[in-house]
Amino acid sequence: MTTLSEHIVEIISDSGEGAQKCGQSLGSIAAQMGYGVWTTEIIPAEIRPPARSVAGGSGVRIRIGSGPVTNGGDETDLVVAFNEQVLLGRVRAKELKSNCIILLENMWRGHADPTIAAAYVETYDRLVAAGYRVHEIPMEQECRALVADGRRGKNMFALGMLCGIYSLDLKLAADQVVQTFGKKDQHVVEANLRLLEAGHRWAAANLDFCYGIPAIGSTEPQIVVNGNTALALGVLASGMEICAMYPITPATSASHYLSDVFEQVGGIVHQAEDEIAACAFAIGASYAGKCAVTITSGPGFSLKQEGIGLAVMGEIPLVVVNVQRGGPSTGQPTKTEQGDLMTAIFGSHGDAPKVVMAPATIEDCFYSIITARRIAETFNMVVVVLSDATLATSQQPFPRPVFSESWMAPPVDQSAVPERARPYDWDATTGLAHRFVPGQPGGMHTLTGLAHDRDSHVAYDADSNEQGLRARSLKLAALQKTLAAPPVHGDATGDLLVIGWGSTKGAIEEAVDAMRVEGHRVSSTHLRFLQPLPPGIKEIMQGFEQVMTVESNWSDDPESAIIDDPNRRYSALAMLLRARYLVDVDCFSEVRGQPIRPSAIRRVISRKLERVSGKVATS
Amino acid sequence: MSPMSATECLLQMCDERFELEDYQSGVPRWCTGCGDNAILAAVQRLCRDEGLRPEKTVFVSGIGCSSRFPHYMRTYGFHGIHGRALPIAEGVKMARPDLTVFVNTGDGDCCSIGAAHWIHAIRYNMNLTVFLHDNQIYGLTKKQASPTSPVGTRTNTTPRGSYLEALNPLTVTLGVQNVSFVAQAVDWAPELLYDIVKAAYHHKGLSFVRIVQRCPEWMPKLLDPWLHDPGRVQLLHHRNGLLPGAGSVKVYTNQLEHDPSDINRAREIASNTQVVPVGILYRNPEVPCYEDLIGSDKLRTADVTRAGLNAELDKHTVWPRESHA
Repeated sequence: MTTLSEHIVEIISDSGEGAQKCGQSLGSIAAQMGYGVWTTEIIPAEIRPPARSVAGGSGVRIRIGSGPVTNGGDETDLVVAFNEQVLLGRVRAKELKSNCIILLENMWRGHADPTIAAAYVETYDRLVAAGYRVHEIPMEQECRALVADGRRGKNMFALGMLCGIYSLDLKLAADQVVQTFGKKDQHVVEANLRLLEAGHRWAAANLDFCYGIPAIGSTEPQIVVNGNTALALGVLASGMEICAMYPITPATSASHYLSDVFEQVGGIVHQAEDEIAACAFAIGASYAGKCAVTITSGPGFSLKQEGIGLAVMGEIPLVVVNVQRGGPSTGQPTKTEQGDLMTAIFGSHGDAPKVVMAPATIEDCFYSIITARRIAETFNMVVVVLSDATLATSQQPFPRPVFSESWMAPPVDQSAVPERARPYDWDATTGLAHRFVPGQPGGMHTLTGLAHDRDSHVAYDADSNEQGLRARSLKLAALQKTLAAPPVHGDATGDLLVIGWGSTKGAIEEAVDAMRVEGHRVSSTHLRFLQPLPPGIKEIMQGFEQVMTVESNWSDDPESAIIDDPNRRYSALAMLLRARYLVDVDCFSEVRGQPIRPSAIRRVISRKLERVSGKVATS
Repeated sequence: MSPMSATECLLQMCDERFELEDYQSGVPRWCTGCGDNAILAAVQRLCRDEGLRPEKTVFVSGIGCSSRFPHYMRTYGFHGIHGRALPIAEGVKMARPDLTVFVNTGDGDCCSIGAAHWIHAIRYNMNLTVFLHDNQIYGLTKKQASPTSPVGTRTNTTPRGSYLEALNPLTVTLGVQNVSFVAQAVDWAPELLYDIVKAAYHHKGLSFVRIVQRCPEWMPKLLDPWLHDPGRVQLLHHRNGLLPGAGSVKVYTNQLEHDPSDINRAREIASNTQVVPVGILYRNPEVPCYEDLIGSDKLRTADVTRAGLNAELDKHTVWPRESHA
């Protein structure tokens, strides 16, 4: 048995062949054994792409480590593929290590259709020639000995093989199979258990390699969910009662989960007729005293902008979740990107100050909703929570949350409003005002999206307009005063500071750690609040020779022919930091629809540090 | 002041009487002769007669002349954005079924920019009372054709006359499978307007009232043929529908007995553009309300939330190995 500190495994098949179930089960078993785990779904853009197509692969990628795993990592070490075409898709996307172990279904070699057989042979030969370690496995043939439909049983056979290869607890795997198929017929459960064991036996008898990853383990209970489920659990825990949504990838699974469970705790999910209505519905509920959430993705977020502006103007608390995907327009619905930061901050016409937060981990997805609800109601503001497709579809264990009553909103205030109290009695220092909720005697007023005075009367005069704008803006400063400086990962001084936000945290910190081990003076910091920016950022930046952001949104490559200082477009956060702090913040960005890998960040850091030392040497 | 007993408290609530002034706020800035004034008067009268508590009543509107309505009510009001009054009102009602929610929307607001919400609001059938102030023109933006402008209407965007047939809000509404209440009123018959508004308020479900109203500023002559010829107002009456007062019956002699449970007949009547049918076209109190279908019967207390959250967390929890074994 070879001992490893970590390995990246993929199971990939045609859509509907069960690779996802196999991968999720593997992730669960590993998590239960105390491994660090990060699973990522491999999703084709279509529901039923043609069989054996390069672009149609569906599956799961699991990074298993002995310690905590914070991101999907680099290229894959071992892949189980149910046909050579979906495998080819992964090869072409450069997802596999150059010496990756491939466990390939070999039924295609003798396929009745000569073009299929030829395609298989051709791919097989090329992969072997390229240095991949390809093992041909008669998966379907082995399964057919146990069940009538070998194609449908393959995934559990593969799970058994993987349990054998990684020395995972077969008893836990059997429990997992029972849990997965428990709702079905006993025959189905038994058949799948037989397949699991057969796969395990087959690997032991036929494969000449086997791995052990020493698990550090965990002493506290952990939950394993993806970011969208974590968001939904956050809504559950936050005390919000209404989620209004319209179906959109990759946000919808959060609402699916919520639809299933929200009723149990007195909540409802309203599927509106469109994104605009979903936002308006949430605004109506919030106005009436019950802060609501609307969950969407890029195109829906664009459509909600007018409603967001209304909530800003009327000072109605509202939580808007945007699970970002590739843009612009319809873009890449199933792929990840951090392209909506500027829209989140500056979206909606006029000056529309709102709070923008970005969860950096799956765990953050849970807690950020609770925080967002509380900020929304304390400051009567719109709070945008920017997740993304990476967080949405990845799973990572984190400590099981312990419910606190303080997470929930207080009951709707129905007490009488004191005499002469005004609906927008803006505090001169903080901009904060009380909010009168329908049902409160004496608080009657008409909320309006028009410019208004402290009585909520329509007011077009210059002073009232300015007062309103000042008050709504001041609330951001008031919130900023309550925020803490972001922690620095690494030393407080050095040659390079990497700044990130959102789902890139794990990859950035892993890269920084690796570079520090090699002796480089690099640190990182990660921003969870993007608007307002927390205090202390300038001071942190001052400790470093160079500062750069790493983001998953577009920026011009400074090496391009016509790109120079006056026309270079920077990544979103870099642009914000440059504008606010007048610091020469550089940026590295990728918009490849996949999470940025730690290895890519390491390369960028190396190059950047070379340039820093080069400049020092020549000056 | 000594605390009241429960009985005294109840008696005081029963005794509480509201006056028209309790619902009036500011001086309406609509043009003289604008039909909105008549609608405001009828609605304020309704609030008083029904004893609606001002703090428990919300008027939601969109954008346009008619959508200024909430500003003139001394209740809670929400003057929102163009076309979105209905989804905002739905959110209010879903969060707070204890509130009485009215919607004021114009022909541009409802039938053009908010048309998608209109169709779906009918379908949700939430317990809202919706007034479509239909003056068949965009007023606030100064005379552009609206979807309900008659074909050939000369406006700033159709100087040689509008090209398209007018959209008929009644037939559109009656075309939704689970519509539950459709009525029509005209601003120049205040008693009938009041009777219809009252019937709409008493209907449980979404009551849609189209009010044909004059715009003296931009379309001063548009409704003259109907105004000057009471015979072109078709008064709908039925023992299951509206029973108009003696005054109305005397003036509007073109009368039609129409059972508002008959949707096919309602569609026929609504399609006749030669006359303005006034009264209740359709009413079905059996159509379920969305808020009753979707609403959770659980109260969102901390205990319920804790239990619900923990039950979900249990499904996803990986316990430490020791305790698992």
